[in-house]
Amino acid sequence: MATAPTTTRDLGSADCVLDREGLDALVQALRARGRTVVGPTARDGAIVLAELESAAELPYGWGVELEGGHYRVVRREDEAAFAHSAGPQSWKNFLLPERVRQWTADRGPDGEMTVRAERHDPASYAFLGVRPCDLRAIAIQDQVLLGGRHRDDAYGARRTGAFLIAVECVEPGATCFCVSMGTGPAAGPGYDIALTEVLDDAGHRFLARAGTPEGAEVLAGLPQRPADAVTRTAAHEAVEAAAGRMGRTMPSVDLRALLADTLDAERWNDVAARCLTCGNCTMACPTCFCTTTEDVTDLTGDHAERWSRWDSCYDLDFSHLHGGPVRSSGRSRYRQWLTHKLGTWHDQFGSSGCVGCGRCIVWCPVAIDITEEAHALHQEALSKGGPS
Amino acid sequence: MTAVPLPYRVVDTRPETADTVTIRLEPVHETLPSFAPGQFAMVYAFGVGEIPVSVAGILPDGGLLHTIRGVGAVSGALYALRPGATVGMRGPFGTSWDLPLAAGDDLLVVAGGIGLAPLRPLVLAALAAPQAHGRLNVLVGARSPEDLLYRDELDGWARPYRGVAVDRPSAGWKGRVGVVTTLLDEAPFTPAETTAFVCGPEVMIRATARELLHRGVRPDRVLVSLERNMRCATAHCGHCQLGPLLLCRDGPVVGYDRAEPLLAVREL
Amino acid sequence: MTRTGLFSTIPEDHREQLMALSREVSFPVGTRIFEEGSKADRFWVIHTGSVSLDLHVPGRQAAVVETIGSGELLGWSWVCPPRQWHLGAEAITPVRAWEFESQAVLDLCTRDPALDHALLTYVVGVIGHRLRSARTRLLDLYGPYGSGEPR
Repeated sequence: MATAPTTTRDLGSADCVLDREGLDALVQALRARGRTVVGPTARDGAIVLAELESAAELPYGWGVELEGGHYRVVRREDEAAFAHSAGPQSWKNFLLPERVRQWTADRGPDGEMTVRAERHDPASYAFLGVRPCDLRAIAIQDQVLLGGRHRDDAYGARRTGAFLIAVECVEPGATCFCVSMGTGPAAGPGYDIALTEVLDDAGHRFLARAGTPEGAEVLAGLPQRPADAVTRTAAHEAVEAAAGRMGRTMPSVDLRALLADTLDAERWNDVAARCLTCGNCTMACPTCFCTTTEDVTDLTGDHAERWSRWDSCYDLDFSHLHGGPVRSSGRSRYRQWLTHKLGTWHDQFGSSGCVGCGRCIVWCPVAIDITEEAHALHQEALSKGGPS
Repeated sequence: MTAVPLPYRVVDTRPETADTVTIRLEPVHETLPSFAPGQFAMVYAFGVGEIPVSVAGILPDGGLLHTIRGVGAVSGALYALRPGATVGMRGPFGTSWDLPLAAGDDLLVVAGGIGLAPLRPLVLAALAAPQAHGRLNVLVGARSPEDLLYRDELDGWARPYRGVAVDRPSAGWKGRVGVVTTLLDEAPFTPAETTAFVCGPEVMIRATARELLHRGVRPDRVLVSLERNMRCATAHCGHCQLGPLLLCRDGPVVGYDRAEPLLAVREL
Repeated sequence: MTRTGLFSTIPEDHREQLMALSREVSFPVGTRIFEEGSKADRFWVIHTGSVSLDLHVPGRQAAVVETIGSGELLGWSWVCPPRQWHLGAEAITPVRAWEFESQAVLDLCTRDPALDHALLTYVVGVIGHRLRSARTRLLDLYGPYGSGEPR
């Protein structure tokens, strides 16, 4: 996968400016097209992703305070709608739901088995407020689930119908490191529409540009005005400034090589002493895709169903083989997660599996920090004279 | 073909050992794409679950043989099937034994226990094309003479060499007692011009590969079949990872040049 | 000879010295070559055929723990005290072998430390190999659950 461009560019249409009413019109236009609009909204003390009936439900005036194992919503002094970074969910909750029925099977009186494929008739989603890191995460899951020899058709049906409205980051959190991963804060490719929120003396507005013909078509139907130099400059500078305010960094080395060369590192013992192997990081991670299968029957025993549900490499059963799990120690399970995410993902799917969203840091109950672990592995490798 | 199982009917069952049976399956309607030796199918026992099973036989009419050891919930259910029952089948999945790679080479087929099953179609393919390669050696390790698979076929596989070593002999056993690698001294092969195909428990694979490398067989010419937990077989579920490999996609057959460093890391 | 056999791991001049001490013997099927507990005063390198190593278990047929085939060393108990056979040996096929009087070999070794070292290295390799085999088989890897327990 190519690294995200640091400056944005479009094929679709000229950029334009929407105000808050324009944003509202955008939601209504997408709903009128039969789409289920999903976006951020303040609920239960968090910024969650949920179906929006109008743009008024966006978390205007809310920000977040993030740290290892710490998440708080905070009132802002302004009315920004997208001044929050990654929340507890990601778009995989919609594109790759926790539980999916894959097929059903029935056994007739003669013992004959008939199998029925599940019809994939998902909602036609529009995702409003896809952060650049999450935009990349979607592309990464696309590669895993659609890019190989076998396609996950259920995912494909949800994904190909989804309309993506990216919102560039101007307010990175303390746990963000998208710059290190090359995924933000400017939006990379893959969006239908990209917005940059601008809030200054000239008002609250959104610089908008289309990335696809459908995006251009939707934009054209909204109340808007042509982009002006002031808005463009403000948007550009805000994104540039955000790039300089990342709360975290990854060591600037070849992470794939670092992880391949540190399988025996002492650091794994250190992190294993802290890790609860709860799997929160895998649930919160926008790219973690692992699933397991469940076979169920009804009481007659003649109707069976195959379900897939999220699984985690922290689960002991995940690597079960014959007598027991291959990865029985917490050390090996944390190592599996980190080496996969930053290292072997490249071998398997051609890119890193990490987008720098920081969710795994925030939602870890003991505040294990993926960037800190990577730095520690790097330091240990340096001290042993290994590759830098 | 790969996401939803196709019904296959059990048309024959042949007991191999006290806990192992070979079942012959034929498609009820549609047929899966053709399998290559070394590849596997996901076999579904109605309402119980699905397990990966390598093909033990590829029949010209679209039928398949699977040798199943009834030790778990799903394999136990499959073991108990009688002719007429139907199972669900997905596949073919994974990499195959690369017989063309071995063109002109001596062949060394080394099997341990149920590991002989995935090698059976390879042996048959090699026997069918004797001009394509050098000497065919089949080395089989088993727990006891009673645990040997395909007993009535084994004698026909000596082209020129077929050896069996058992861990525990029973009365009247005239063959070798010991690990399968002890047979290497008897098998006629030129290490530098040999391709080996190894399948069995991982400890046996490592010991065999180490011995073959010591004798001068090239690491990339030692093909081994590896196993990890497998759920989807379509490279979407993440369970079968072995470091950089997804064994349902990049395996189960892997060159030992790639496998050795991975198998050396504990709990990888 | 095979790569792991006596003749490939001992330098050629030493090999010739040793071979001068050997004589060719043959054992018909069923020959008891030696018995557990008896004096270990010789050893063999098998040329053709195979030999089973067994233990006597009262009430049972001889329990075969390993078989030895062509090119392999039969017997190492002569190397160190108590120089008694730990196992019994029986020809399970017609066997042709080179037989060595161990005292003559040990005498030769006393005079020639280089030969002593080469021979001992070879014998330790054989013992190591058999120990590894025994340990591997101890795991019962071909059992129903590999080396693990069922769940």
